[in-house]
Amino acid sequence: MSEEKTLDLRGLSCPEPAIKTKNALKDMTGGKVEVMVDAGTARDNVERVGRDRGWEVTVEELPGGGYRLSLKK
Amino acid sequence: MSFIKRFFISRWGPIITGLAVGVLAPVLVKYGNPGNMGICVACFTRDIAGALGLHRAGVVQYIRPEIIGFILGSFAAALIFREFKPRTGSSPIVRFFLGMFAMIGALVFLGCPWRAYLRLGGGDWNAIPGIIGLIVGILIGIVFLKIGFSLGRNRPAPKALGWVVPVLAVVLLLFLIFAPRFGRDADGNPAGPIFFSAEGPGSMYAPLLLSLGVGLLVGFLAQRSRFCTVGAVRDLVMMRDTHLFNGILVFIAAAFVTNLILGQFRAGFEGQPVAHTDVLWNFGGMVLAGLAFTLAGGCPGRQVFLAGEGDGDAGLFFLGMLAGAAVSHTFSAASSPKGPGAFGPAMVIAGLVFCIIVGLTMRERTEV
Repeated sequence: MSEEKTLDLRGLSCPEPAIKTKNALKDMTGGKVEVMVDAGTARDNVERVGRDRGWEVTVEELPGGGYRLSLKK
Repeated sequence: MSFIKRFFISRWGPIITGLAVGVLAPVLVKYGNPGNMGICVACFTRDIAGALGLHRAGVVQYIRPEIIGFILGSFAAALIFREFKPRTGSSPIVRFFLGMFAMIGALVFLGCPWRAYLRLGGGDWNAIPGIIGLIVGILIGIVFLKIGFSLGRNRPAPKALGWVVPVLAVVLLLFLIFAPRFGRDADGNPAGPIFFSAEGPGSMYAPLLLSLGVGLLVGFLAQRSRFCTVGAVRDLVMMRDTHLFNGILVFIAAAFVTNLILGQFRAGFEGQPVAHTDVLWNFGGMVLAGLAFTLAGGCPGRQVFLAGEGDGDAGLFFLGMLAGAAVSHTFSAASSPKGPGAFGPAMVIAGLVFCIIVGLTMRERTEV
């Protein structure tokens, strides 16, 4: 299924951001998922979850702190 | 800087960290640390608790510079790479008790996951039931994670909160160097704290600067690479992700080879340093530790590194470990080379009950 999703995972600590991202991608064949996190570890883990599953990932640092990751396929 | 950043979050990060720990821990043993205990986050935190007089087991009292180095190395890495982010509020009291019970379980086995792997790499086969127990504990934790277990969100906190644990580390270093005496016995003689063991594992240590240097290096590397001895197994099983697990394989292999080279490899069950041969409670202690670490999100090393980068909840987990060491020794729960303490098994069961209730009842309120 191709769709758009937004996940606000700020404040969640390891391993929850990775698990929630993995669950969100599970039934998607393509589309766009935006994930917001606020820790470097969560940023790296979510990025790896996306790339390992064939998604193109771009990372943007948010002005108030934290990161927005855009996963596209 | 950007290259270093990318390198450590690449697959090489955990591998280099595992290699460093696997080589340097046996070297610390060569220079004086207890056998197969070049680095043990649980044992060393227990020794610190003893040095502060939180327990009075005379053979395990020393302020371990490796732990101080872990905290300050991670703190430095976090500052340099702009990852020092003070935060708290994710079920702090629960994390304190998870730290306490993780410590109680680890001291029934006689080592945290780091030392379990080091014991394996040194030929202590009693580590095998311990590591199997650790994996079982992690698997139980994964079941809870799969049904939605969460300790909830943290929130950004004022800068000062993030400095608490690093400052504590500096205070511990000053206590180690100057060993001030606060107490007096009935005759007016100084009676500690700070207590330092005159015999036993607490009296065995590598030179301060070497231990501190290794601690700083490992703390720095592990903060960058997110090295975690529990997350490695969790991610492998849950996410089919070998990123952290590769680091553990290299860690064990490097410890094995270094022990061989240094003449420290001795295979067998009997007569291993700071170890007992009770299979059931080597296993049982680590089931509790593995479960508690998984619910808290990472191994004791990882908790210390997170505390160094400003995570107040991880800092409280570390303080829970200090309290757990005190409880273990005052409640006769800690094992000795003769076997489990009188109340070790009962305390493990109490800890498992606590962890299972936490695992079943704690959920994030609003799904995202």
